[in-house]
Amino acid sequence: MGNDSLKDIAIKELLLHLADDDFIHSYRGAEWLGLAPHIEEDVASSSIAQDTMGHAAIYYKLLEEIGVGNADQLAHDRPAKERRNAIILEVVNGPGYYMKDPEYDWAFAVVRNYFYTQAKAIKLQSLHTSSYEPLAEVAQKVQMELYYHLMHWKMWFVQLLGSGHEEAVSRMKAAIEKTLQDFAGVFSLGQYGEEMVELGLIEGEADLQKKWIEAVSPIFESVGLATTFEIRMAKGDGRNGKHTEDLEKALETLSEVYASDKAASW
Amino acid sequence: MSTVLLNTKEIYKLLEDVKDPEIDTVSILDLGMVENVTVSGQDVLVKMLPTFLGCPALSIIQKNVETAIKQHPAVKNVSVEFLRSPSWTSDRITEKGKAGLKLFGISPPPRQMKKDGSWHVDCPYCESTYVTMENIFGPTACRSILYCKSCKNPFEAMKPMIKMI
Repeated sequence: MGNDSLKDIAIKELLLHLADDDFIHSYRGAEWLGLAPHIEEDVASSSIAQDTMGHAAIYYKLLEEIGVGNADQLAHDRPAKERRNAIILEVVNGPGYYMKDPEYDWAFAVVRNYFYTQAKAIKLQSLHTSSYEPLAEVAQKVQMELYYHLMHWKMWFVQLLGSGHEEAVSRMKAAIEKTLQDFAGVFSLGQYGEEMVELGLIEGEADLQKKWIEAVSPIFESVGLATTFEIRMAKGDGRNGKHTEDLEKALETLSEVYASDKAASW
Repeated sequence: MSTVLLNTKEIYKLLEDVKDPEIDTVSILDLGMVENVTVSGQDVLVKMLPTFLGCPALSIIQKNVETAIKQHPAVKNVSVEFLRSPSWTSDRITEKGKAGLKLFGISPPPRQMKKDGSWHVDCPYCESTYVTMENIFGPTACRSILYCKSCKNPFEAMKPMIKMI
């Protein structure tokens, strides 16, 4: 029983990491709707946000199947302290509110989206051989969709940094610094990380991070960026329930309709 | 009293009339979304594959499948299940499905991508190969936006979805 229950906890925690990461990432992406730099990008980034919400939904569905709770409830009705997403993904797009004076930073969006999508691709690759069969199956499907997301954000990253445009380059560099400050949170496997690795659910944090660095290094080099950098977790580990006011506000907004009538069928 | 016997063939026949909610020239069968149909007594189970996980049309398609099959007088219960595996890939679209897409102004997905991930389709209207990619992402998750330099029509193409490993 002891071993079994620890295994159950590790599976549940890993699914929550994946679900909550994609959920808040998709929400931040959706906030750009109507505000992206041009109309083609508006179509592209909102399409990516929609795919990503589909990925969150399938992970919440897997949680529902093992009896953790109803998928809608897990998505909408959990306070910030129960969320497992990495803190970097909850950080606001910029000052303001999407309905009023949004001063969102496209450079930060591009950097965060590229870094996260690349990290997600590496995790999915690892999940292919996960000992938890349902997750291995889902990983393959998500990976096929992610292919296009990664291509898209990589293109933006390279074009803005390679543009030679002073403002673009300096804003991208500032965004890279800001993102790396907390990007270790994306690789964190939380307090049950060791169990996850022992059980063969996913590779360890260090391996994931190493593969990520290997994947981004040639891209960094191609735009003249140094490939030695520090990846930190300055604001704390979201996997263990540590979060910021940014997440609380986001949850309040996104669950407003759900909270108005929890029994309603949409 | 005679009993109406059910067989899977009849169910497949009914499914031919269930079209993509946004592309009424292509059935869900021709899109390759139906993996398996099983009949047990008066109950029918349809196992399907989602094209894209976040596609909002999936629940509409599910309802349409149920409605179509219930038309059969011998059917009592219908359940539709979306499978996690195998993954839907764009090469599951049949030749008939490809023709239906073209009729709607959507180029069928190419069979393969180049090494750098780029891919090519011809214009569904004039067959010209002189086209440009405007946006990999389109009005729905499964479609891209292109432009034909020959007949000067914008058109869409179904994105190739190919197994990565």
